[in-house]
Amino acid sequence: MTYRNPPTTPRKSATFDDYTLSEIRRAAATGIYDIRGAGAKRKLPHFDDLLFLGASISRYPLEGYRERCDTSVVLGSRHAKKPIELKIPITIAGMSFGSLSGPAKEALGRGATLSGTSTTTGDGGMTEEERGHSKQLVYQYLPSRYGMNPRDLRRADAIEVVVGQGAKPGGGGMLLGQKISDRVAEMRTLPKGIDQRSASRHPDWTGPDDLEIKILELREITDWEKPIYVKVGGARPYYDTALAVKAGADVVVVDGMQGGTAATQEVFIENVGMPTLACIRPAVQALQDLGMHRKVQLIVSGGIRNGADVAKALALGVDAVSIGTAALVALGDNDPRWEAEYNELGTTAGAYDDWHEGRDPAGITTQDPELMKRVDPVAAGRRLANFLKVMTLEAQTIARACGKNSLHNLEPEDLVALTIEAAAMAGVPLAGTNWIPGKNGF
Amino acid sequence: MPATTLSKTAAHDPRVFDLDQLSLRELNQALHNLAPGSNETAWEVLNPKGSHSVAVGVDQPVAIDVRGSVGYYCGGMNSGSTITVHGSAGPGVGENMMSGSITIKGDASQYAGATGKGGLLVIEGNASSRCGISMKGIDIVVHGNIGHMSAFMAQSGNLVVLGDAGDALGDSIYEARLFVRGKVDSLGADCIAKEMRPEHLELLQGLLDRAGVTGVKPAEFKRYGSARTLYNFNIDNADAY
Repeated sequence: MTYRNPPTTPRKSATFDDYTLSEIRRAAATGIYDIRGAGAKRKLPHFDDLLFLGASISRYPLEGYRERCDTSVVLGSRHAKKPIELKIPITIAGMSFGSLSGPAKEALGRGATLSGTSTTTGDGGMTEEERGHSKQLVYQYLPSRYGMNPRDLRRADAIEVVVGQGAKPGGGGMLLGQKISDRVAEMRTLPKGIDQRSASRHPDWTGPDDLEIKILELREITDWEKPIYVKVGGARPYYDTALAVKAGADVVVVDGMQGGTAATQEVFIENVGMPTLACIRPAVQALQDLGMHRKVQLIVSGGIRNGADVAKALALGVDAVSIGTAALVALGDNDPRWEAEYNELGTTAGAYDDWHEGRDPAGITTQDPELMKRVDPVAAGRRLANFLKVMTLEAQTIARACGKNSLHNLEPEDLVALTIEAAAMAGVPLAGTNWIPGKNGF
Repeated sequence: MPATTLSKTAAHDPRVFDLDQLSLRELNQALHNLAPGSNETAWEVLNPKGSHSVAVGVDQPVAIDVRGSVGYYCGGMNSGSTITVHGSAGPGVGENMMSGSITIKGDASQYAGATGKGGLLVIEGNASSRCGISMKGIDIVVHGNIGHMSAFMAQSGNLVVLGDAGDALGDSIYEARLFVRGKVDSLGADCIAKEMRPEHLELLQGLLDRAGVTGVKPAEFKRYGSARTLYNFNIDNADAY
């Protein structure tokens, strides 16, 4: 018997993993960077790295089905004559008509209205589907100003000045030609079929001093009735929050890098901006330093998936959260029932993110008249309402276990972290220790 | 100057608002309170002294004479009113205007007529940089010169310049038409000189007439617009960005 040396198991590089290799080959073949939808997909420190302590001898809980746990929140009480009053602290984030189909926008409006919360327009203006079905509608004021007009500004319940978003802080939008139907083209005052490059900066103001004057103009046009939000991507949350407050915002929206986009370069989504978890404490700290915590409300978005995420965000000091990706999944996005069609597109349910191509089998991120018929706005709206109800019940369950009669009474002291990274970012102790990295000289 | 700050001496005398005496909020609220068909069709604003947001969001066909210079965003989002500024205007005059007209007797700062959807903006002096940025249907006529990066990403509408244009005119322009009588320092990405056909001469004559320009012939202008080579992304164009 001849002796054979033991074989070496083939070893793939951790640095040059399969995905990286495929991306090098794709780039070499096409000469174009990868554009996709959704937010950061890489593993990041997140709410999963935090735990609630619950009640014990020193803290007593509330009865789960008997004692009330308030979930309501008022947004915009600083300056607006007509603040927004929501039954739940979970809003629907801005997603444009154009990137989403009309029935999908209607479904978001129906679901949010059933749940007593608001939806938000997007880059592309206000549609009748959304205005008609959203009792409370936030109108985004974007650099592109597509479809922007004073009539819709006055028909809105709040105005959100969008400076940036978590998926691409510092980046503009891109709606590729294949999604530009006649209706989308008309709303954006551009020819059909051409790529629509949304600007990355506002055309008529730069910097915090200008922003203050811009906010004054919007207030004057709407007779100081509407709350004015300022939305920033998770880049410099302490300074961005402080500057937004200084500029006169009623509400600051901070969107972390897990927050989705309709279409941006993969390299941008995965490499620019900060995780949602890392954005919250600096933003809250800015409000506290200015004596404006709870006076200017803070909304955080990017990767909020369930009631535990809601409760954790609120415990860290935010007033409300926004959901986008999770809301689309509730409507039917990436549903395995369309697996055969996802396979034809070279992907699989749960991974589909080529939203910019307009061929979404679920009929949500498309302008194809046949595909969009797959979204029944009434049924999909009901699913969203169910999901929002579950999230709220989950958050209440946790809050009662922590002895809180309002979700907004949750506090950082209710939390511990599972990892050193999460402990440092959230400013709560590593579980089983009293160590908060960066505090007390350690 | 009238002694009273808020006078209505006769049915058709202008309603006078003195911003030394009354607040900007009171002015804009009074303008927004106008009902369709109101008799108060003439307004006069005194002592603007560089105030921001003078006469913003007006949506009735009234005439507003502003006696002095204004700050940012005068006439912003105007719908149907005729505003005349007897002075100069700060940044963003007539931003996102929908209809009506705004005339600046002096000069205008940056971003004049930004994202305007309709109506006519006339600047009798010079306009600074980014005039007509992202314009979406507005007509802008500048008697003097305009600064750099004007008509950046201009989508539709017409920009007429009797004087010269600064660097990077019409960068990343879509379907807006640019008419410049003087020299252009440089054209931006995808902006090219285009043939002036009879329909353009006719269009330009109409714009000059509406802006009250006399003694200037359309044939003295050159037309600029999009080469349309950047309309759909192509990696071989990457150097143009």
